[in-house]
Parts: sequence; C-alpha cells; structure tokens
Amino acid sequence: MARREIGLRLNGSNRRIEVEDQVLLIDLVRSLGLVGTKLSCDTQVCGACTVLLDGRPVSSCTTLAIEADGRAVETIEGLADAGAPGRAPKLHPLQQAFIDRFAFQCGYCTPGMIMAAKALLDERPHPDAAAIQHWMEGNICRCTGYQTIVEAVLDAADRSRRLP
Amino acid sequence: MADAVSLRQRYGEDAAIYAGGTELLLAMKLGIARWPHLIDIKPIDQLRRVAATKDLLRIGATVTHWELERDPVVAKALPALARLEANVANIRVRAAGTLAGNLAFAEPHADPPALLVALGARVVLESAAGSRTLLVGEFITGMYQTALGPGELIVAIEIPLPARDVRMAYVKFKVLERPSLAVAAVATIRDGRFVGAPSVVIGAVDEVPRAVPTADFASADVRDPRTAEALAEAARAAVDPSDDLAGSADYKRHLVGVFVQRALGSLIAGAA
Repeated sequence: MARREIGLRLNGSNRRIEVEDQVLLIDLVRSLGLVGTKLSCDTQVCGACTVLLDGRPVSSCTTLAIEADGRAVETIEGLADAGAPGRAPKLHPLQQAFIDRFAFQCGYCTPGMIMAAKALLDERPHPDAAAIQHWMEGNICRCTGYQTIVEAVLDAADRSRRLP
Repeated sequence: MADAVSLRQRYGEDAAIYAGGTELLLAMKLGIARWPHLIDIKPIDQLRRVAATKDLLRIGATVTHWELERDPVVAKALPALARLEANVANIRVRAAGTLAGNLAFAEPHADPPALLVALGARVVLESAAGSRTLLVGEFITGMYQTALGPGELIVAIEIPLPARDVRMAYVKFKVLERPSLAVAAVATIRDGRFVGAPSVVIGAVDEVPRAVPTADFASADVRDPRTAEALAEAARAAVDPSDDLAGSADYKRHLVGVFVQRALGSLIAGAA
C-alpha cells in the first residue's frame, strides 16, 4: 500500500500528515486524538461518524483519508471556542442548545447530529422543523425520540439570529 | 481524461472507477469486492459539469446528488429529477455519491434508474476505442450488472429535455433508505387526454427498471377511473416481483398498482 503526505485544514489548523491510501477518514481523525467522531453502523446509514469536508457532511467511515488533501475537515472538537486561558471554552450555539434542550441521552450519536446540523445552519440559517427533519433523517438516535433534537436545532438557529 | 482512459485500459478488471465511493468503498469494506487499483476520476474537470443545450441536459460523471438537487437548470427543466435527487438515501450519501456511480453500481433498489428510463436518458461511455451511448435501460442489464466494458468508463448522463407541456412524476414507497418500489411517469396531457402514450416505468421491483407497455393508453381519458385501473393492471402484469425484505411478491405487486394510480394522480394534478 502506498503512503503519501496530505495537507489539510483540520478544525482551522493547517496540518501535513502521512497516510496510507486505504486509511479511512474516521481512523485518521481518531488517531489524532479527535475521538468525538464515533463509528457505529460503518455503512453510511446512522450518521454517528459525520464530519464536514469543505462544509459538506460526509460519513467519515466511508471516506478515504486522502480525500481530505487540500480540503477543510471539521469535527465536533472544532466547534467550541477555546476561550481565554484558565476559563472554560465557550460552546457553539448548537452544543449549548443540545444541552439546554436535553437533546441527547447516551450521547453516542450527538457529535454526528451536531455536525450534520451545523452543515444545515451554515447553508440555511433559519430552517423550519420540516427542513431539519428532512436534512437529519439519516442521523439515527436510539434514545431521544428526535423531538428534542429538532427543538435544539431550531433553538440554535434562533440563538444565532440574536447574536450581534 | 486521457490518463483515466489509458489507466482503465491498462488495468481492466483489476481497477474500479472511483468517484463518490458511497457504494464502492462499502463493498470493499465488506469484502464483497476487491480491486488492486482505484482510478479516481474526480480531478477531471470536464466530468464535474452540468450543461444544458436547448434540448439536452448533460450531467458529468462526477456530479453528485447534492449538486443535482441544487442545480437551477435541473430544477427548472426536470423538477421531478431535482426532487428525486433531494430524497436519495441521506444527506451524506447525496454529498459524496454521484448519479453516474449510482447507475454503474446497478443496485435494483435505487431511485434514479426508473425516472431516467422514463425520460429516455442515455449513458455516455468512453474507452480507448472511442465512445458509445446507451439508453439507461440498455446500460443496466441485471442486478448489479451493467453493459460497462472492462476498458470503459462513464463520462456523462444525457437526458433529452422534455417539451414544456410534458408532465412527470416520481413516487416511491420506502421502509428504510432505499425504495421498496418506485413509479416514474412521463406524459403529455391535453384536454384531459394523454397525447400519445404515457411512459410508465417501475423501479426497484424487478432486477432492472421495468417499462409498462402503454401503447393502448394513447389518447386515453386520464380522469376515467377505468384508465387508472387498466394502467394499474398493466403495471401489475409487467413486473415479476420476488419475496424479500421489502415485502412479499403479492404485496409488492399490489403496491405497484396503488403507486401507479398515485403517479397518474400526480400527473393529472400537474405536479412535476
């Protein structure tokens, strides 16, 4: 198997990384310590492994790491602002809304849910509930019953609207 | 492009064409298929384009479902295709997967083939020997089987742009992400009658998209309940369903009739 060096922008930082051709994006990001991205179905059905590749949601379980060459990859770890030294990071409005709306229980699907929702809000800042349901129907949660997730995304969209 | 064709010729069956990877990488991960080489065609500029002439829409081989869903030309000229694309699988598959790859995989439970057959779409293939064009119905030869030669690759899908008064419908029944059955219908209706015969194609029931014989329906009164029932019966007779996880053969045959009537209703309502 061939190895090659790829250059990517990972959560805002430029990185050069050597990868083997057959390595999957999920294994690359997790090997770098970004273990928020979860493997579950491994068949592109559940959405737990969702990351953004140039802003579009993809299943990192079925995307080759070399696809990230020259592109931007965002994972759940890239959402919160680091904040001032010694202070708690400031969560992304989606993360805060998921907490406030009790939009997770076990949390395993949550990083994928939030990344999918981020891609939606980046493209359509104020979707209605039906648009959220359609966008996220490929993200499976076995705990919440989905209603609180839809409410959290609506809430996050609303919070963004109120930002200066 | 020349490099891709020459690599394809050099490696033949030892190489797979790689674009979105949504089906290819799944098959490789599951160990169902193994290729020593993948030929990545995404860097080829000319394959990324959607271009329309007066009477033809040409969709490059690496254009994704996501892009088709948002393409203004598709939305205007082929609204049924735009809506179909917006409902393929899930958002991540649409973001990566291509229409050409969907056809190349020839998974029977796929959305695009039925509508493409009903629209008379063609697949443009290229090899070192030159290029050839096949109707989608000729290209898909069986379950996971296509007419793609070992030295060939898909370069584009061509769809004849329908006249302004042509109506089209695509309706499906699905339990999970893939359609259990789908009905595509394309027709012109004037003064309450079909102009010529409608094109009705059943997807996801047989191994290949199944065109319903509709010659008898030329000029039929579209609102006559006997037309709807006869069309449903013609569709039920045209398919050869089998029992599988999507339902029993009897159930699927029944649903084919129901969904043909819904497609007809959608045509009458003028919904695209």
